[in-house]
Amino acid sequence: MTGDHPAARPRRLLSPEAVTGYSFVAPALLLMVGLIGFPFGLALWFSVTETWVGRPGPFVGLANFVRLSQNGTFQQTLVNSLVYTVSAVLLKAVFGFALALLLLGITRFRRLIRGAILLPFVIPTALSTLAWWWMFEPTYSVFNWTGRALGMLRSDIPWLSDPTLAKVAIITVNTWRGLPFFAITILAGLVAIPQEYYEAAETDGASAWQRFRHVTVPLVKPVLGIVVLFSTILTLADFNIVYLMTRGGPMNSTHLFSTLAHQAGMTSGRLSEGAAISLFLFPMLVVIVIVQLQFIRRQTVYE
Amino acid sequence: MSRGSRARRRWTTVLVYAAVAPFVLFALFPFYYMIVTSLKGDPELYDLDAIPYWVSQGLTLQHYRFLLGDTLFLRWFWNTVFVSVLTVLVSVTFGILAAYAVARLRFRGVTTFGIGIFITYLVPPALLFIPLAIIVTRLGVADTPWALILTYPTFLVPFNTWLLMGYFRTIPREIEECAMIDGCSRLQALVRIVLPVALPGIICAILFSFTFSWNEFLYALVFVSSGDNKTITVGVTSELIRGDIYFWGSLMAGGIVGTLPIVLVYVFFLDYYVRGLTGGAVKG
Repeated sequence: MTGDHPAARPRRLLSPEAVTGYSFVAPALLLMVGLIGFPFGLALWFSVTETWVGRPGPFVGLANFVRLSQNGTFQQTLVNSLVYTVSAVLLKAVFGFALALLLLGITRFRRLIRGAILLPFVIPTALSTLAWWWMFEPTYSVFNWTGRALGMLRSDIPWLSDPTLAKVAIITVNTWRGLPFFAITILAGLVAIPQEYYEAAETDGASAWQRFRHVTVPLVKPVLGIVVLFSTILTLADFNIVYLMTRGGPMNSTHLFSTLAHQAGMTSGRLSEGAAISLFLFPMLVVIVIVQLQFIRRQTVYE
Repeated sequence: MSRGSRARRRWTTVLVYAAVAPFVLFALFPFYYMIVTSLKGDPELYDLDAIPYWVSQGLTLQHYRFLLGDTLFLRWFWNTVFVSVLTVLVSVTFGILAAYAVARLRFRGVTTFGIGIFITYLVPPALLFIPLAIIVTRLGVADTPWALILTYPTFLVPFNTWLLMGYFRTIPREIEECAMIDGCSRLQALVRIVLPVALPGIICAILFSFTFSWNEFLYALVFVSSGDNKTITVGVTSELIRGDIYFWGSLMAGGIVGTLPIVLVYVFFLDYYVRGLTGGAVKG
């Protein structure tokens, strides 16, 4: 990044370069202040007042947050979000890594296979979720049909009406959608490892496992760190899959922060409560970003 | 190479392909199933004994005819095109200007601005949709495509700035400086010299912005409510469900037609998608 050293510049109010600089960043800055900074302030304000749609309310301090933390649905949402994020990110990381290693060995039909693998990540999630919804539909589920046809199922599996199975379903869809991002990015990290390292390790008599353990893993770690960072943020703040497949049900067992905030703020008009729920995401995101950035920095220094 | 090791190699290849196959199947099955479902007549669709994996009782386009003739689908399609094209224009232009300033120009506060861009880049849509709903209402653009054209760039400008900064930094300063000695202004140097060299990055930014706008769901759901102004993702998922009645055939048809433009763009520009996706992570 270009450092600014005011002392090193001639003492003029604004150099022509600075004028150009400010005018170039002005549109982006205006957008960031007006439509990210300002709404963030507004969310903070809503969360400490008793605001309803069309009715500004009095200042209530942290009452909304206190009430939320005692609210059973909210506590459940917190647990759901952790279960959803941890299991989906873990599944994506493990299978994504495995898939990336496999893709490294693919030579014929390489473009075609990579294209097919990446597809779920590129197309509209809201629309592909419809296909999954239909596959998990209680009466017509293709999984249930197959189970029955193979004689493995006596009665239908109530995919979306059972709290545990509903979680399994949304985690499956999220994994399906996010796996390509992991696989393709890790693959790029693998390809970037210089071949000489492997050759050197082989000359030293390292086995395939040792080469993987001591060459591949440490060199791919920084890439993996960044992918996990992005994916954790996106998964924790996910909305589409849950909203479309379960609306947070059955019995709030699949609600995430965003779907609960939408229900409170938009469906019921309790803006303050909705804003407070959304804001709970913020400290969690900050922690994730800090932890991940530390991890990434340490890995890079290690190298 | 000995015959034994060649045979072993061939076996490894076979095993790799066999192991990749389930992943490909997993990735593609939902699309296949969507297409199959959309081409079945209702009696077969709701026949519990019919094999769901293929069409056995005759292909029909009735769901597509219903979608295009009896719903507002074409309207949603046009809205999505309109929103996506304008969003791309705004967010790529703003992104180019900001990225160039951060990568090349020296002025007080540029470092802070760069950090600000990185932070806003990590803010997910789910954090701010409630206050933004109030803001777009106050601005008088609620329930119009403009609410989306105004708010989508809040993610895309930081992303594009971040992406393009990397591309701009790889271009040697000297070629612009030569042009500026020859009498070009900064803007002219940017447009005539830098942009053509950074074209792959610009294409990445355009593709990413277009795909994001086309696929976006949460803002489109919250900021737009009348059927006429909806985009495809919201229109298909809300207007083809009446209470407890799901038009499954048309839902699937809507899913297919709404996905097709992105798939077409994707097929032509696959390498750019891969580059945009991996560029940041691998270089970072």
